[in-house]
Amino acid sequence: MSSVVALLTPVGRVRVTQPRVVRSEWTKLRSLRSTLWSLVAAVVLGIGLPCVFAAVTSSHWGGMSPHERADRHPLDIALAGVNVAQLAIGVLGVLVISGEYGTGMIRATMSAVPTRLPVLWAKAAVFAVVTFVLMLPTVLIAFFASQAIVGHIAPLDISLSAPGVTRAVVGGALYLTVLGVICLGLGAIVRNTAGGIALFAGIFFVVPPLMNVLPSSWNDAVSPYLPAAAGRDVFSLTAGAHDLGHWAGFGLFCGYGAAAIAIAAVLLVRRDT
Amino acid sequence: MIEARALTKDYGAKRAVDDLSFTVRPGIVTGFLGPNGSGKSTTMRLALGLDRPTAGTIAVNGKPYREHPAPLHEVGALLEARSVHTGRSAYNHLLALAQTHGIPRRRVDELVELVGLREVARKRVGQFSLGMGQRLGIAAALLGDPQTLLLDEPVNGLDPEGIHWIRNLLKSLAAEGRTVFVSSHLMSEMSLTADHLIVIGRGRLIADLPVDEFVRRASKKLVRVRTPQAARLRALLAGPDVVVASDGDVLEVSGLTAAQVGEEAAANGIVLHELAPQQASLEEAFMELTREDVEFQAGVREPERAVA
Repeated sequence: MSSVVALLTPVGRVRVTQPRVVRSEWTKLRSLRSTLWSLVAAVVLGIGLPCVFAAVTSSHWGGMSPHERADRHPLDIALAGVNVAQLAIGVLGVLVISGEYGTGMIRATMSAVPTRLPVLWAKAAVFAVVTFVLMLPTVLIAFFASQAIVGHIAPLDISLSAPGVTRAVVGGALYLTVLGVICLGLGAIVRNTAGGIALFAGIFFVVPPLMNVLPSSWNDAVSPYLPAAAGRDVFSLTAGAHDLGHWAGFGLFCGYGAAAIAIAAVLLVRRDT
Repeated sequence: MIEARALTKDYGAKRAVDDLSFTVRPGIVTGFLGPNGSGKSTTMRLALGLDRPTAGTIAVNGKPYREHPAPLHEVGALLEARSVHTGRSAYNHLLALAQTHGIPRRRVDELVELVGLREVARKRVGQFSLGMGQRLGIAAALLGDPQTLLLDEPVNGLDPEGIHWIRNLLKSLAAEGRTVFVSSHLMSEMSLTADHLIVIGRGRLIADLPVDEFVRRASKKLVRVRTPQAARLRALLAGPDVVVASDGDVLEVSGLTAAQVGEEAAANGIVLHELAPQQASLEEAFMELTREDVEFQAGVREPERAVA
């Protein structure tokens, strides 16, 4: 007796390779609605919010006091979307891996790639590339669109060629990319969507304001090294007195990303699935 | 070929698999039987490298699963717990798994067709019935044209037509020389599919033998006799190892063969209207064999064991 299985297209020279795992992870990422909605939200908010802020600023400019006007900075307007897009990117980063644990997909994934680490590398690489490729145009469009709205007001007119501006705008996309990777690491460490998102929110939104409770000398010494502050250095136009510097801060932020992925890798290999 | 050697797995203080050794051979369907919670799924997870053994080894096709460069080509698995992202379509699920090994896309299409999911292949798996989920799991198991199949409760949730389909599929895969290892907690299902049985209870090996031998060994041998002289025959058959139950003119004798009963009757001139050896059903044999283990699960404490 011969089964119909023997009549199917032969599998050929099969073998698990890193590029093949990357292709598989790309298929997984693009084939979930949660991915598409999160990324659409990140793009829409990343562009929409700066346009709204620009429009509001433009229409209220006439009534603003000189002091209030001095507080407005065109880059803050252009990059306002980064602050909101980070929510979508962070949550999606957690979901990329915690969703597999939640549904049981992880068992199929790890059966196909029992050495496991290629899956983590592929997920991080695919998610980082997708995030950067989408967020770079998003921040650029946000910059030009908001400039088109407020650029007629001389103090708010700014050019990409002005010192630090290109670095800050591209930095917005870099920040989101590394943030996504950190969150993917968090998701892999806690293996649970709710826990991963809570950890992300805690690190980026809860801990930084808590630092204000500390004596200011402690706060100044510690706060710049926290992930959120270090990451922001790369898309802030000017560095504050206690900030680490644009690239030093971003370097530290990348270090956090590497640490999250490294811890996730160790746990992934050691733990039962 | 699957070879477990002194396989042991603890989850915290609970020992799920206890010093289990067995070999699953190619060319036949081997049933893996045990009450719920007896360690079948754990053994399968260990075979797939999803969990690491506390002690001992389990090798598939000669090596630990993790050491195979193309694991889906070695072992196709259907796990009892769902292993599919509910938000993804069946097609994309299979495609993503196929891509890790460079399995051609055409094979994915063919498998979707083979398991009867063509019309729903683009639907999200979350909307699938249990039976459709099982069919998807079978398709995933067959993706890599594996030499060994490891299926945990494959008929769960299938309709009779689906069950029939699985049985034939498993038999034909075994006939091609593949190793087919199928778990179930239903003996009746195994009796129709399996050639060989590995029975476990409380994580320990209870039996490792061909299906028919299993029945012969585990079942109580009963002989059914119908005679108008039931009371007299009953008295004649009485003996230390013989138990006779009577119901009107019918006797059910255990401890003697049909031949012994017939000769005794003939020697005493008793007329028999019926004389038949009764085979206990597989289900009865299985329940008999695993009774202690089921009772344990109802709350009897296991004696403390040193944990390796």
